[in-house]
Amino acid sequence: MTASSRLASIVGPAHVFRDSAELAAYDICGMVPAVIVQPGSSAEVAEIVKFAVAEKLALVPMGARTKLVMGLPPRQYDLALDMTRLNRVVAYDPGDLTLSVESGIRLRNLASVLAAHRQFLPLEVPFASQATAGGAIASGVDTALRQMYGAARDYVLGMEFVTGQGLLAKSGGRVVKNVTGYDIHKLMIGALGTLGVITKINFRTFPVPASARAFAAEFENAEGALEWRHRIARSSFRPLSLEVLSPGAAGILSGEAAARAVPDPIPSGLFSNRRWTFLAAFSGNGHVLERCERDLREMAEQCNTIRFSVLGNDEIAGASNRVREFIPLALRSSPAATVVKIAVLPTRLSEALAAAAKSSENNSLPWAAMARGLGVIYFALLPNVRSNETRRLVIQATDQILSKCSSLGGSAVVPWCPVEWKSNLKVWGLGRGDLDQMRKLKMVFDPHGVLSPGRFVGGI
Amino acid sequence: MESKLLDELRSLLGSDAVLYEPEDLSLYEYDGSVEVARPECVVFPRTTEDVVGIVQLANRYKTPLVGRGAGTGLSGGALARNGGIVTVFSRMNRILEVDVENQRATVQPGVVNLDLSVAVAHTGLHFAPDPSSQKACTIGGNVSENSGGPHTLAYGVTTNHILALTAVLPTGERVRLGSPALDAPGYDLVGLFVGSEGTLALITEITVKLTRLPEAVKTLLAVFDTVDDATETVADITSRGITPAACEMFDSWTIRAVEEYVHAGYPGGAAAVLLIDVDGLREAVEADAEEVAAVCRSHHASEVRVARDARERELLWKGRKNAFGAVGRISPTYYALDGVIPRTKLPATLRRISEIGAKYGFEVGNIFHAGDGNLHPLIPFNGRDKDQFRRAVAAGTEIIRCCIDMGGSITGEHGVGMEKDHLMLFLFTETDLDLMRRVRDAFNPEGLLNPGKIFPTTKGCGEIYVRPSPATSAPPA
Repeated sequence: MTASSRLASIVGPAHVFRDSAELAAYDICGMVPAVIVQPGSSAEVAEIVKFAVAEKLALVPMGARTKLVMGLPPRQYDLALDMTRLNRVVAYDPGDLTLSVESGIRLRNLASVLAAHRQFLPLEVPFASQATAGGAIASGVDTALRQMYGAARDYVLGMEFVTGQGLLAKSGGRVVKNVTGYDIHKLMIGALGTLGVITKINFRTFPVPASARAFAAEFENAEGALEWRHRIARSSFRPLSLEVLSPGAAGILSGEAAARAVPDPIPSGLFSNRRWTFLAAFSGNGHVLERCERDLREMAEQCNTIRFSVLGNDEIAGASNRVREFIPLALRSSPAATVVKIAVLPTRLSEALAAAAKSSENNSLPWAAMARGLGVIYFALLPNVRSNETRRLVIQATDQILSKCSSLGGSAVVPWCPVEWKSNLKVWGLGRGDLDQMRKLKMVFDPHGVLSPGRFVGGI
Repeated sequence: MESKLLDELRSLLGSDAVLYEPEDLSLYEYDGSVEVARPECVVFPRTTEDVVGIVQLANRYKTPLVGRGAGTGLSGGALARNGGIVTVFSRMNRILEVDVENQRATVQPGVVNLDLSVAVAHTGLHFAPDPSSQKACTIGGNVSENSGGPHTLAYGVTTNHILALTAVLPTGERVRLGSPALDAPGYDLVGLFVGSEGTLALITEITVKLTRLPEAVKTLLAVFDTVDDATETVADITSRGITPAACEMFDSWTIRAVEEYVHAGYPGGAAAVLLIDVDGLREAVEADAEEVAAVCRSHHASEVRVARDARERELLWKGRKNAFGAVGRISPTYYALDGVIPRTKLPATLRRISEIGAKYGFEVGNIFHAGDGNLHPLIPFNGRDKDQFRRAVAAGTEIIRCCIDMGGSITGEHGVGMEKDHLMLFLFTETDLDLMRRVRDAFNPEGLLNPGKIFPTTKGCGEIYVRPSPATSAPPA
């Protein structure tokens, strides 16, 4: 029996594909699978993994395939495990603010289910129109709303997953407070499917704030913008999000491509491509928001803001949706876009930004940056052409950025770059002291190396 | 214990850092539960290097090793179930660094929870997880058990506040996990190690997030004539999307116990009270307090009292924080459970708990973190009566089974330890548990570190409180 007929016997022939055109759509870093298989249940996922183990095949789990380019190319890639048929809401208890979904559900569809109860998930990731819950979790991309609601690790309550031995297992639960057993589900977040195939995810949901307001302030330089950030952090306000855009980033977000990709209207002139734009959003009742506006304006003026504008409830979505899509828009803005994700302490943001800008400028590379107030920067190097010369410059610039971030006590990785440059760039950043511990976990969860082999830190 | 091992421990740590006389060891055979397990020796390291040395010796002599903070834990996590060495972190109690601008602190594991908040209070920050034992319990213990507390409803439990750890693995390797900056590349090892109940590593340094103190706080006491009205109020507050900073419930039995001891001003005749904190900006707190009060009244609260000042607020909270001690005065022996349920199931679960209690001949007291559905049923019984003891254990098991049937869990904040290990099978399959065991074995291959915890071995299903002793006087979370 061939691999595809055996797989067809597990999931049904309608859910196995091996057309070359279809296979091409499942390309990861230039590698194409032999077969695409779309399981319809957790049990089928387990069967497929067991089959892969028996046949020494490697598989890569995926959702909408919007972020497959992150990480290293797989060492081996036989089966594309397309999870999008697993797209049901398993349980939703609005009264308890808890939710359990299959991993292939699209976040956009989920949002409308939650919106009917005036609730939401703070998992507002880039590529939002396509992204699935499982892909958002497995890729570990962060969101603007982590400022208020924490990262996925803070609101994922439990998971069901299939290990690299084809065992269906779970951890956590569906209650908001729980210390029963090891939090294995936390390991799955950002693991790029190297420890398990996520089949179900339990979330804590959140009530939509009754009203919100955002403030956009323009500054001559990053220091002014970040000084505003520090003043906000020292105040009693609890922002929903704090995002700083470089002139280049504002240029990308105000361009035509951005308007086509994210058609929600934004106030005209919101993003200036000459200055640094700081977008800060807050929720609360009318009195809170009035005080917020008064104090934030005053603080921005003390930091020499050039322009301060207020976005009402209706305008926030348009603006934040566009900023949310910064990464995909930056990737489309250059033939060789390379995005470095930097994480430093908030007080080091300014130094990290300055160092990254200097490294790009020294290498004649255009750049754009989006920073989050908690200490994360997405720094995009945007060469005008893809060539051996720009490859050399990008390698040089990223190496400088990585070592600077490390000397600032932080870290930097290169999640996005032209795939043929992956082998030249330090995709997972500089070495870490806990790599041996990660390898131990990989051996527990995937001893045969069938799950996304080679894609993770240290080639795990 | 081999005298050679004792000699080596003494030469490593100094003779004032090693206890082995039976009368000394007896102080370490208890924690906040009253499981009993006597270690063979107790050591007091001062540095990470000391801890590495202890672990290496334990390995060489194949001796079990257990970490211990203040011993306030409620599931036997810090007890030497299989004997061996107990490593007490009380001398590693320094706050190593406070970074006010970045809202972080790095501490040694023996730092007492409240001491950190007190030390940084002048900067307007605090360490948010606040177990009721926070005057005694240590941050190392909080990390091992992933401790909760009343205000974790709004602020999150310990794991939400931990950024980086220095860990000494059972093999003697010293590793740094996570990072003070966010999103260290790689698997979330910090997320795995926090709450692993001391079975994966001994933690020697902890980097925590500090949280800004709220500008304003209001404390409300809502009084109800029926338990149902109180539990329905909690479910309603949750459903409406209001997140108080804390939402605690007491039933009539615990109200009486607390009043007799603390005189916090709880109304003696009430069937239930809710103690609710709302905090945040002045303008928000005013409105939120009114909204919460309105929900309480719509569920027939006979009185909603708002603390007028800090003194009144502290008095109301004193009742909560000393509640377990108060219960201990009435019934020196009680069985304290730690179930979790979905919050909409509170009314049904509380009714069921009362029925189960009656079936076994007990009046079960309830004082708990209502806002996140974390129950602490207390079953008072006569510790010298073997039959009562058996019935209390049976009632406890049935109550925990009920929590599971409601879609909940067997422990919200106390940990599995050596008391609830057998209940793991009610929640997890053999496959789930086997995977967790293999994770443990990957780091703790010889099983020397905290053996006999988390994974099923025996019976029992809560913390059986038998008698107060200096080592166990702190109240639970």
